[in-house]
Amino acid sequence: MFESILFYTLAAFILGFGVLVVTARNTVHCVVFLVANFLCVAMIYVMLGAEFLAIIQVLVYAGGIVVLYLFVVMLVNLKRGPDAAPDRRRQSRVGFVLAAVMLAEISAILVYSAARPASAVAAAAATPLQTVGNTEVVGMLLYTDYLIPFEVASMLLLVAMIGAILLAKKEI
Amino acid sequence: MPAWLPPPAVLAHLGLILVVFNMLVLSAAFMVWMERKVCAYIQDRNGPNRVGFEGVLQPFADVIKLLFKEELRPKAADALLFAIAPVISAAAAFAAFAVIPFGTSTTLWGLLDQPIPLQVTDVNVAVLVIFAITSMGIYGIVLAGWSSNSKYSLLGGLRSSAQMISYELSYGLALAAVIMLAGSLSLREIVLNQAGTWWGFIPRWYVFLQPIGFLIFMTAGVAETNRAPFDFPEAEQELVAGYHTEYSSMSFAMFFLAEYVNMVTVSAVATSLFLGGWLGPFLPDWLAWVWFLVKVFLILFFYVWMRWTLPRYRYDQLMEFGWKYLLPVAVLNLLATAALILWIG
Repeated sequence: MFESILFYTLAAFILGFGVLVVTARNTVHCVVFLVANFLCVAMIYVMLGAEFLAIIQVLVYAGGIVVLYLFVVMLVNLKRGPDAAPDRRRQSRVGFVLAAVMLAEISAILVYSAARPASAVAAAAATPLQTVGNTEVVGMLLYTDYLIPFEVASMLLLVAMIGAILLAKKEI
Repeated sequence: MPAWLPPPAVLAHLGLILVVFNMLVLSAAFMVWMERKVCAYIQDRNGPNRVGFEGVLQPFADVIKLLFKEELRPKAADALLFAIAPVISAAAAFAAFAVIPFGTSTTLWGLLDQPIPLQVTDVNVAVLVIFAITSMGIYGIVLAGWSSNSKYSLLGGLRSSAQMISYELSYGLALAAVIMLAGSLSLREIVLNQAGTWWGFIPRWYVFLQPIGFLIFMTAGVAETNRAPFDFPEAEQELVAGYHTEYSSMSFAMFFLAEYVNMVTVSAVATSLFLGGWLGPFLPDWLAWVWFLVKVFLILFFYVWMRWTLPRYRYDQLMEFGWKYLLPVAVLNLLATAALILWIG
């Protein structure tokens, strides 16, 4: 009872902040709403018992990445009037297409998971994590079952880092 | 006890939260006084000595004065963010202390059936919680700088957040080495792992296993709390007062409070991770928190001492030091620790 009240309140906040992120006029306000959104998502992780994930969500997304967004937004000082957007109708058409794709994806996931309820993930989630703590479990999973995605992601970050250095430095 | 009261354990916990909160406020007030006194003696002056015995009540007089000051806001400021920024700063500073253990457990002389630990909450990712909350505190400074709509504030805010982000990496890597040694992210377990002695007289504190890590942590801690010699956000010759230039009255007081509470928190984390927390000889278990206070006080005194001894660096020197020296040393320290742990087993 209490949990579902909490969940729906958080979900309402997440959606509300999400809407504010895309509708707020001031870009800095958008970024602040994005932080609030991430914090609410972190609370959902806490409710699910994934403290490690929740803290990483706050640390990396809300604390690290969005601060950099804020830097960029503050430094370029976007002062865009309401009618400065190039073609609002074309933008909304693209938006509709993207929204439809997202909707299709989410309903596909719903249908798929309803058809096969007892998947490996659900079985893994059912095992008690309290004995070892979920930090260890996440670490073990990352370095065993998900090693290749993990390495690919780190390669991607390395490439991005080198690219940024290449762009910033005139001569190397 | 009347039936409408919550169970005694819950009451005791609420009391604990209240005590910790007030202790933090009081320690911030005490720090302000200590800073002014130590600074005065270093500069061969007397310092505050009018309000209360040797001026101990001076911080309270200052707060009362600030309470009666007018709350000013620049016309071009962003009203909402301008009001929220000091609150974010202060809230983050206080919240980080919640996971720090400062003693063993107590039953309050038999009043409770179950002993409660002297710690607001013992989460199993405590070290990361502190880290995450510190990173939230940066928003207070950045938003204060931006929302004031003044060039000094903006530059001060940008500088201070750039500094905090740069030094947070070394800070985190120094912590990671300790976490590997302890094999746990819970501060209580990390402290308990430091119990005992080597050869009967050297305490098993991690400062002796991680001397380089301790130095990196302390240096990064100074930069994180924006203290001299790394106090660029408020380099008054260049930036007036940095991100809180436009703040007055109690919102200024909140930034001030946040700064001192942050110092207390960093010292408490250093105590727990490197200096064995509340562990110490001679005192019985229920007085162990005295050791904690003594160690935190010594680190705080060291910070004050350093502030009035060393001149301020130049900003580019700070960034260069952080990225080109401190970070590589921290990475090497982490690798060496990992290799040693694997080798010794």
